Amino acid sequence: MMKIKAPRVDAGDSTMSSTHAPGGEMTKTAAKPGGAPLDAVLLYVFVGVLALGALLATAFTQDPLFRFHGYVFLGAFVAAFAALTIGITSGSLNSPQDQYADGVVRAGVIATMFWGVVGFLVGVVIAAQLSFPNQLYFPDIGWLNFGRLRPLHTSAVIFAFGGNALLCTSFYVVQRTCRARLAGGAWPWFVFWGYQLFIVLAATGYLAGITQSREYAEPEWYIDLWLTIVWVAYLLVFIGTLWKRKEPHIYVANWFYLAFIVTIAMLHIVNNLALPVGLLNHRSYSLFSGVQDALTQWWYGHNAVGFFLTAGFLAMMYYFVPKRAERPVYSYRLSIVHFWALIFIYIWAGPHHLHYTALPQWAQTLGMTFSVMLWMPSWGGMINGLMTLSGAWDKLRTDPVIRMMVVSVAFYGMSTFEGPLMSIRAVNSLSHYTDWTIGHVHSGALGWVGFISFGAMYCLVPWLWKKDRLYSNRLVEWHFWIATTGILLYISAMWVSGIMEGLMWREYTPQGFLANSFVETVAAKHVENIIRTIGGLMFLVGGLIMSYNLWRTVRLPSPDGAVEGSAPALVAAE
Amino acid sequence: MWKHHGKLERHSLLLVIGILLVVSIGGLVEIAPLFYLESTIEKVKGMRPYTPLELAGRDIYIREGCYLCHSQMIRPLRDEVERYGHYSLAAESMYDHPFQWGSKRTGPDLARVGGKYSDAWHRDHLINPRSVVPESVMPPYKFLAEKELDYRDIKAKVSTMTKLGVPYTQEMIDSAQADLEAQADPFSAGGTGLKARYGEATLQRDFDGDPEKVSEMDALIAYLQMLGTLVDFKTYKAEENLR
Repeated sequence: MMKIKAPRVDAGDSTMSSTHAPGGEMTKTAAKPGGAPLDAVLLYVFVGVLALGALLATAFTQDPLFRFHGYVFLGAFVAAFAALTIGITSGSLNSPQDQYADGVVRAGVIATMFWGVVGFLVGVVIAAQLSFPNQLYFPDIGWLNFGRLRPLHTSAVIFAFGGNALLCTSFYVVQRTCRARLAGGAWPWFVFWGYQLFIVLAATGYLAGITQSREYAEPEWYIDLWLTIVWVAYLLVFIGTLWKRKEPHIYVANWFYLAFIVTIAMLHIVNNLALPVGLLNHRSYSLFSGVQDALTQWWYGHNAVGFFLTAGFLAMMYYFVPKRAERPVYSYRLSIVHFWALIFIYIWAGPHHLHYTALPQWAQTLGMTFSVMLWMPSWGGMINGLMTLSGAWDKLRTDPVIRMMVVSVAFYGMSTFEGPLMSIRAVNSLSHYTDWTIGHVHSGALGWVGFISFGAMYCLVPWLWKKDRLYSNRLVEWHFWIATTGILLYISAMWVSGIMEGLMWREYTPQGFLANSFVETVAAKHVENIIRTIGGLMFLVGGLIMSYNLWRTVRLPSPDGAVEGSAPALVAAE
Repeated sequence: MWKHHGKLERHSLLLVIGILLVVSIGGLVEIAPLFYLESTIEKVKGMRPYTPLELAGRDIYIREGCYLCHSQMIRPLRDEVERYGHYSLAAESMYDHPFQWGSKRTGPDLARVGGKYSDAWHRDHLINPRSVVPESVMPPYKFLAEKELDYRDIKAKVSTMTKLGVPYTQEMIDSAQADLEAQADPFSAGGTGLKARYGEATLQRDFDGDPEKVSEMDALIAYLQMLGTLVDFKTYKAEENLR
């Protein structure tokens, strides 16, 4: 009964080349010397066709905004075509099956840090705009207004920072835990660059005023179609790698990555069903309207949290925490219960965004009930993550990276308790529409998503660039304390301002009149807005310190015997 | 029981199918009924599709991200009903592709802002919010008054809405451009046709006070001034629409 079937955390970190004879499995994508790999040629043709399509669309459209994005597409496809020409002729796109594909993971780490800093910076800017509207708005520069920058901020941190962190860690983890090179040869690079193109299109679109107004799904129809193509390629690369695995069991982190990829595909497609105004027009109108549209959007919106910002990052927790602590995952059974309960229950929670609206009350009640139930699997996961440190708690003192990850799991526990609380109708009647929601989101996003990603990046950089250590643990300490203090300032300020404005809106005078005009509640939040800006600024500074530290780590001399770019199969534990 | 889970761990396709089944249920149970239930598909007297100018204004409202700070959903709570007006009905957003309920009130709810302020107030407020509300944190929208409205594709937009089920007539589609121009010009003879198609209460004014051109400001104010004004709550009977 107690058969040990739990997937070993260290699965696949032994050398890969030692487990199969050289040349033993080189079949599909491996290139013969002198011949171009088939996957790269297919990609070459695909990109060429896309470039032609982009050229035609750009030439014939009457819509200036659509033409603008046509140029972006065209530039990207032409650049990709040129890069592929060089890559195929030089042979650098060959895929030696006895080595891990780590180039794309390294690119992902760089992209994660770059977009992270951009996203935090835009966040600081818009927080400062709400604090100092007279100084930071420019009447003649519409694209710097809050309404255009705010989607840029949310998308940059969720999809650019978070998305790249998920992309590169999933590519890293799936290879190690399957002991197989990524499937698809050159296509993981397509996934990576295709995803960056999606980010650039979304970001420039927001600034130019291209938006569907669906929160966290703002990009217009043609950008959505592009993301769908990239996402399907991502799914195929991921599943293809699972199929190539030399481990009998699929490791628990991969369940979470798989659930994240599959469910986001479903949510993305359904929520973005829309009819374009014209095939060469940037604008589209959603298929559903009113109440049906609202619930579809928040079914998507809450599960963007559930599957993008939770399931994917839990996968990170299930790989990097045990790896760094050098301890097995606390409980295999708890992982199973955690996984299925979490993905089943999360999907129901959307209606708690629509309490007291025109959505029927039974749907609101269902949403609330499942949100409260969600507390249990969430804390199950938290316990599984924290208890993994059993016997290794001393590392909290000595290793600031593991401390960062543990605090991230603690923030996960805190915000997954706060969430169910806020989903209760009576609480929600106060908290909804206020800054409390913003504070809640940021304790999850900065504390949980941010810190677990930082932890993973601090682990990955020395592993990927073959260094025996980080450049400076002291700088990690500084990052940790500055960012943690920043988060606490941020969320405390938002608790105060959110609860205050909620109470002020419903305050009555003894005579029975509303006590406050709306703008009095705006004015009352001024100090909290400034504190929030400072908190965000501290988080940004932490990100900059981290970028510097990682950059210096990359530039450290490699220890003997590990040459950068050599067979990554030689990775030791750290 | 635990050993059966091993099957899912060894077969990636079984795992994918398992995930898909488990994550489909919640959405199906909650969303599908909304297309059939009486309270969510009720028709309420007074609701009409947006006029072309209002539709163009709504697109500007979306483009500028107004929905990020302004909700359009009044909850049936005492303070909200007293502050903003009658609670919002599902039917009032039935022609909203996509919905604009919002999720945050950095500024006040706008579901019934129509008619509460004058056009001139809106224009001043949009050009520089702090000129009329000193404590406001809203961005300025001076450029809307300067920029001419690009309505070359207004007919295509109205026609797209028709395909999505919004009951525009063929006549409305054909005269979309003329109706748009007529609504922003109080002296236009096209006003008769506009009001015949969209109702006598349709506002026909020079919304931005600038007779030289149809600006983006014209469209946005036209949209704001009709928000929440379509249903007459003196004659609306809530009991018939219990939800």
